Amino acid sequence: MLAFLLTLMLLLGIVIVLAYAERKVAAFMQDRMGPTEAGPYGSLQSVLDVLKLLQKEDIVPAAADKKLFKLAPILIFAAVFAGFAVIPFTPDLIPAGIGIGVFYLLAIISLDVVGLLMAGWGSNNKYAMLGAMRSVAQIVSYEIPAGLAILSVVMICQSLDFQEISYQQGILLNRFPGLEFEKNWLFGIEALGINTTNIGGITTWNIFRAPLLLVAFVIYFIASLAESNRAPFDIPEAESELVAGFHVEYSGFRFAILFLAEYSMMVLVSLVAVILFLGSWNTPLPNLTALKLANWTTGTVGELSGVLWGGFWLLSKTFVLLFLQLQIRWTYPRLRVDQLMYLCWKVLTPVALGIVLLAGIWRLLMV
Amino acid sequence: MEKSSVQHKTGFWEVVKSLLSGLQLTWRHFRNADKRRAPVPVMDESYFKQPEGLVTLTYPYEAIPVPENGRYRLHNEIDDCIVCDLCAKICPVNCITIESVKATEEIGMTSDGTKKRLYAPVFDIDMAKCCYCGLCTTVCPTDCLTMTPVYDFAEVDIKNMIYHFTDLTPEQAEEKKQLLAKQQEEMAAAKSAALAARKQQ
Repeated sequence: MLAFLLTLMLLLGIVIVLAYAERKVAAFMQDRMGPTEAGPYGSLQSVLDVLKLLQKEDIVPAAADKKLFKLAPILIFAAVFAGFAVIPFTPDLIPAGIGIGVFYLLAIISLDVVGLLMAGWGSNNKYAMLGAMRSVAQIVSYEIPAGLAILSVVMICQSLDFQEISYQQGILLNRFPGLEFEKNWLFGIEALGINTTNIGGITTWNIFRAPLLLVAFVIYFIASLAESNRAPFDIPEAESELVAGFHVEYSGFRFAILFLAEYSMMVLVSLVAVILFLGSWNTPLPNLTALKLANWTTGTVGELSGVLWGGFWLLSKTFVLLFLQLQIRWTYPRLRVDQLMYLCWKVLTPVALGIVLLAGIWRLLMV
Repeated sequence: MEKSSVQHKTGFWEVVKSLLSGLQLTWRHFRNADKRRAPVPVMDESYFKQPEGLVTLTYPYEAIPVPENGRYRLHNEIDDCIVCDLCAKICPVNCITIESVKATEEIGMTSDGTKKRLYAPVFDIDMAKCCYCGLCTTVCPTDCLTMTPVYDFAEVDIKNMIYHFTDLTPEQAEEKKQLLAKQQEEMAAAKSAALAARKQQ
């Protein structure tokens, strides 16, 4: 229960910062100023937006399928929020440390699609219906390259446990029960003879342990943009053609929930990308002979310093990815539906399949 | 035009290059977000040259200064006005309403030395009607009617767009009118008395 509340608070905080950052980053990239009035530099803008939304009337269209319409936002948010249950925030802080976290996450996020379809269908609105259909087509398609990219990580790490995958990517490797005698080698190849177990830092991140995971990371990142309906894959919400897509009929608190779910999805996919590819809560600084940078910036596990350093590295890496998502939104034009499907089925999926094959071979080199 | 002048670049690395150059562009704008446009007037040389940085001005706090010969809100300096009615006559949209009352004696002098002989119980300019042509300011003999650099004067109630420039209260105006009527009565009486005296001769 405590984990539930803490995660919810953390998530709300991040989403509010993100909503503000989105507006400011967008403004700066377009040579505008963004919000300036509410609070210093407009920093209270998104808080005020939430307060405004909560005061608004909850409109349910007369012709809507009321049960589906009312249930949909809760289902969408619940599906995304449930994904946070298996995210390890620090070396010893994880809401629910289950052994099949990756599998659970993929399964529970897929439930999101059902909610989107409920919202689009229940609204009884052309735009909402079109948006929901596009959204479902897109998310279901892009789950395949994303899933394959994640599968290649799972094959390299030989684990479905997010916490174990996290421990493998840093100097704390041998602290994880069951990995006491494991060793990290540069690029994962023992034959090179460079033991990085105690060097840690960026050299033990998954994209470094198996450099082909860098490709998998790019595939996962592209697919995750599509899964969270972000530009350039935002055709389900294309403002210029569909008004707002599946949530066009929603107002007040229900809209706030949908908005929250959308930004939570962004945070979640970035967190997963960081955990699987970019070293999770491990420091990026390696130990260099005398300079024990990795040891200094890891803290002591089980004490406050370990929690703070772990949280700091995880969140700052996540924010870098989130910034990249924002920048991509304000850089690239939206893809057409056929281009979207072309990219997914003819480019990303074959490449991801190749990566899975190569990851298997790489794993053989590692043992 | 030769068709060969446009060459489409294709291939994986060209696409990656163009995607990266796109990101580079937005990143450059993001990095330059600490520079800002300065509120310089249009006469300034740098007005049309802003290489980088935010272009927005936070309007109520910052504003581009208006040119000196700009035509914006009218202002009438009633102390200098001789109530000649020229402005009301030339106005193409009839936005100036003037009523005048003759003074019983000389009221005073304007700042350029013209004698004032008329009171203005009503001197109203309807800024909602005004077309900002500036004709009234050119005909004004004492230069009391001028264009100010104020352009932001929106009102919630359109009645507030009528600006009253008179310096007389309604009571004072009434008093002046009665004074004039009394003087004219006395003059008429004196005139008729003089006429009667001439008849008797």
